[in-house]
Amino acid sequence: MRIKRNTLLTTTVFALLVVFLYWLSANRMQNGMLVSVLQKGVIFALVAVSMNLLNGFTGLFSLGQAGFMSIGAYTTAILIIPVKSLDGVYYMNGVHPGIRALKMVVADSPAFVQSIFPFVALLLGGLLAAGIAAIVGVAVLRLKSDYLAIATLGLSEIVRAIFSSPQFDQITNGSYGLNKIPTFPEMAWGLIPSLLTPFIVVGFCVVFILLLINSSYGRAFKAIREDEIAAEAMGINLYKHKSMSFVVSSFFSAVAGGLLAMYMRSIEAKTFSITMTYDILLIVVIGGIGSVTGSILSAFLVTIAKEWWLRFFDQPLFFGGWQVPLFRTGFRMVIFSILLMVVVLIYRKGLMGSTEFSWDRLIGRFRRTKNSEGGAA
Amino acid sequence: MSTILLKTEHVTMQFGGVVAVDDLNIEIPEGKITALIGPNGAGKTTAFNVITGGYQATNGRVTFDGHVIGENYPRSKMKKIYNGTYKTLNEHQVINTPDKITRLGMARTFQNIRLFKDLTVFENVLIAMHGHIKAGMLRSTFKLNKEEELMMNQEADKLLHSVNLHMHRDEKSSSLPYGMQRKLEIARALATGPKLLLLDEPAAGMNPKETEELALFIQEIKETFSLTVFLIEHHMDLVMDISDKIYVLDYGKTIALGTANEVQNDPAVIRAYLGVEEA
Repeated sequence: MRIKRNTLLTTTVFALLVVFLYWLSANRMQNGMLVSVLQKGVIFALVAVSMNLLNGFTGLFSLGQAGFMSIGAYTTAILIIPVKSLDGVYYMNGVHPGIRALKMVVADSPAFVQSIFPFVALLLGGLLAAGIAAIVGVAVLRLKSDYLAIATLGLSEIVRAIFSSPQFDQITNGSYGLNKIPTFPEMAWGLIPSLLTPFIVVGFCVVFILLLINSSYGRAFKAIREDEIAAEAMGINLYKHKSMSFVVSSFFSAVAGGLLAMYMRSIEAKTFSITMTYDILLIVVIGGIGSVTGSILSAFLVTIAKEWWLRFFDQPLFFGGWQVPLFRTGFRMVIFSILLMVVVLIYRKGLMGSTEFSWDRLIGRFRRTKNSEGGAA
Repeated sequence: MSTILLKTEHVTMQFGGVVAVDDLNIEIPEGKITALIGPNGAGKTTAFNVITGGYQATNGRVTFDGHVIGENYPRSKMKKIYNGTYKTLNEHQVINTPDKITRLGMARTFQNIRLFKDLTVFENVLIAMHGHIKAGMLRSTFKLNKEEELMMNQEADKLLHSVNLHMHRDEKSSSLPYGMQRKLEIARALATGPKLLLLDEPAAGMNPKETEELALFIQEIKETFSLTVFLIEHHMDLVMDISDKIYVLDYGKTIALGTANEVQNDPAVIRAYLGVEEA
């Protein structure tokens, strides 16, 4: 009975969400800001969840997320830039003949292949990042806590340096970055408009991560987080499981990176600097380390607050003839930082702690407030 | 004469200049309860860690159930202590990580309880079964190994019933009272499907009554799971009650070996525990 109600509520919410997104897709011109913020939010939700898998569920404090995102973003972007835009993008150094040849093949292939090619590109970006994670993990995963954080941070910087180095400018276009990246593709022959694509891709990825966390392997990850020595004494191969978590997390970070490339339409190596990793870490911490729903919630809240709700702090403000000081470009970030401090002080363990969202709890909370109000009256 | 399940030959563990375990030779007969006792700092826990793979012995060999699970052929002057069968071979090591040794059938508990505190009692037991899982990560994620999962769940439930912890199945393990946490740690070790159970001071912090119950409990699980038990203990009552064979360690050296009675009356043991009387 109870379970049934919860499934019903979840299905209703998701159905409403889909309807809302379709409506948004039909009226996207009037709601440009909302669309942009929601898409960015959902992409960051995926990165935050994948970082949470590593930091919150396996207890590996890694700061390499931006590096793996950039691998995904660059792979996807290079693969999906249309052949006719190539010369415009690589106007300084020319494009590698291999890339051009590959694009010719794709451009000549049947329509079905072309329609799924962007998703293949996302997948390839993810697989490349996963492969690199597996190789790098051999060395890096021997380290613990802070040392692991520094090593992965270094790794992320190396990736960035490689992408912007002149040696690879026929592939990555060096410091000029890549632009003219096509936006999100449509799915199912136009049945699902391009606006919904990031939500669907992220949805599948998050469901996979949730299933993984709730599987026997996910339990083993949690055991490693709780106590490495005990986990090892219980027959759990530490290296194998850490590597698994690292590879899966990198894969999904790269998929999110690919989506980000489609969202931003132009990328450069600088986009994926340390500050991006910190942004993601911030989302994870605010949402609650060890809570998937917390990460998703906070990804949307942080993105929307930062990009939209606090915008007016950046505009000059007048009271009658008097201009309020401080209200100028950049002031938004000051307010944002103060809000963050307040949130962290109130919610010591993040918005959700290490628990997941559940209808029972939400309804229970509503009931409690109602009861206490009744008692007062 | 029963077979020997675990055997250490000339095991020595040196930390810099300190010899924590010095030339330890232990034979643990199958189906018996063997104890390792000794005053504080005698090297008991170090010996345990060498056997379970936590430390790599600086010298010697550990054999378990027909497998060499740890071996270090010594260099230079350590050579003369070591007289194993491999003495003619070149210097070499066999290193096994603790998880592999556990999967071979040796499980342990810890002196200072190391449960997975944030997880439930049930999850603690399930995790211990993960080492033997056959399905890969993808199969397990997509729940394609339903039978295996179901079996793991049933086994875990059965195990919790058999140690009387089933009513606390879904509680956080850190919320259990101390004695139950000890019990759960033993149950978790049993979930790995061991032949040999190593208990590191299982009665630490227990009162005499709890200790008595623990003695019964150990004997009970030994019978039901047909185990061999190897324990380290401070509580003499517990050791004397249940052990078939006792090793006494002092300053890393084995000073006595025998049954409870023999050890109790050994002058070397009395000296180690009570000190030498000043004349």
